[in-house]
Amino acid sequence: MAGGRRYFGDGLTNLKLSDLKGKLIAIEGTDGVGRSTHIEMLQEWLEVQGYGVITTGWTRSNLMSKTIEVAKQGNILDRWSLSLLYATDFADRLEHQIVPALRSGFVVLADRYIYTAFARDVVRSGERNWIRNVFGFALVPDLVCYLRIDVDTLALRVIETNGMNYWESGMDLRLGADLYDSFKKYQGSLIEEFDKMTEEFGFEVVDARKPPDEIQEMLRAKIEPNLKSTRKQRRSPEPRTEPIKPTVEEPAG
Amino acid sequence: MTSSVVTLGQPHPYPGKLIIVEGIDGSGKSTQLLLLQKWLESKGFKCFFTEWNSSELVRETTRRGKKTKALTPTTFSLLHATDFASRLYHNILPPLKAGMLVLADRYVYTAFARDAARGVSPSWVRKVYNFAVRPDMAFYFKVPIEVATDRLLGGTRAQLKYYEAGMDMNLSQDVTESFRIFQSRILDEYDKIVSEYGLITMDATQEIEDQQNEMRRLVSQALEQYRPTRGTYGRRTALFWRRFDEPKAE
Repeated sequence: MAGGRRYFGDGLTNLKLSDLKGKLIAIEGTDGVGRSTHIEMLQEWLEVQGYGVITTGWTRSNLMSKTIEVAKQGNILDRWSLSLLYATDFADRLEHQIVPALRSGFVVLADRYIYTAFARDVVRSGERNWIRNVFGFALVPDLVCYLRIDVDTLALRVIETNGMNYWESGMDLRLGADLYDSFKKYQGSLIEEFDKMTEEFGFEVVDARKPPDEIQEMLRAKIEPNLKSTRKQRRSPEPRTEPIKPTVEEPAG
Repeated sequence: MTSSVVTLGQPHPYPGKLIIVEGIDGSGKSTQLLLLQKWLESKGFKCFFTEWNSSELVRETTRRGKKTKALTPTTFSLLHATDFASRLYHNILPPLKAGMLVLADRYVYTAFARDAARGVSPSWVRKVYNFAVRPDMAFYFKVPIEVATDRLLGGTRAQLKYYEAGMDMNLSQDVTESFRIFQSRILDEYDKIVSEYGLITMDATQEIEDQQNEMRRLVSQALEQYRPTRGTYGRRTALFWRRFDEPKAE
């Protein structure tokens, strides 16, 4: 993916891509797989090396975060609205956070990216084209790391930590008799779709069933070469062999 | 879940009929649609009315975004698409599937025209709205920019709104001038859309009555084969009356 920055599809008409000299790294994976914990650790690791870092999280835009929360509380969401709410949130973060940060040479760590929206829409519609067209204005990341897990391990982990909720269990799809059955079917289909996209979009796969420090080590190994390809602005090179220990034992969603 | 086969590109398979009006602010399209509804209802048809940007789901967000001027052309476009999706799912598809008449004040073509005038990629907007149902009849009320501006400034809506006037695009410091430039761009876009999607062009400089007679003539032709399905209750729901009493945005 080295070389010019590009849009996923029909892009923004008024933006010069060559100005975006930072790095865009997306961490993907289904609910409860430990993305946020690892992103926190990656940020720390990068900042110690002297890189400017911002993180951006799914549904966390100023414009939309409240709207999406409210919408998910009522039973008023259809497939298109749900996907378009995600797209609006993403567009707001792209234009107000991601693009300005890339322009200033930051490393942007994205907790989930457009592939999450793809997976969720495909599971609900069985159709891939529309949602990909909708996100045509998205920038193609420099690197996508996919935290891969099997659904049985995931179910145990989620029960142990935050518990299963309505949307993470895909209850709007009426897939199973109860939360647990539905969770396994829904997350199973999401993982299946992520696996398909791994081929298609060239995700770097990281085994999320491993202990946290091993996962972190693998993520760093994938990210490192991407940073070297641009300007080096390290203040003091830190030895890679000393991973930052997580303060929490088990990664939470 | 709706079948994904239905797209804007081809006629819908439902027994109901969808009639929509388009045009810039001040073209008089809302007046014409209201008169059409009165006539249809007097003939015993049950009509469902829906207007642009009115779903509960995003109304508050759009208002907040407009107030803080935080909207970019892309988020502006996507919010309206979300609004449309929600109305399509909840207000348009059910009556269409049930075999009723749906009247829409503005449809996806509004987004095609406005968003392109704001500099959003025209092909992208069309792809975003591809899940829309193709209308059975689409009227475009064509009016020169001077006439529209005079109607708006001379009428009760003397205040031009920030986004309506395209003030977010820095076209001009003067609101009226900005409105003129922005709406002219929209007119240009509408011209392209009319030929692309085969909208019926109405001369909106004519007398209200004449336009309405022409519209009724065309609609009755189109409805010749249409067999309305009606519920047990022939009367209009109170909700529709209340809607018309409120001052409406065009």
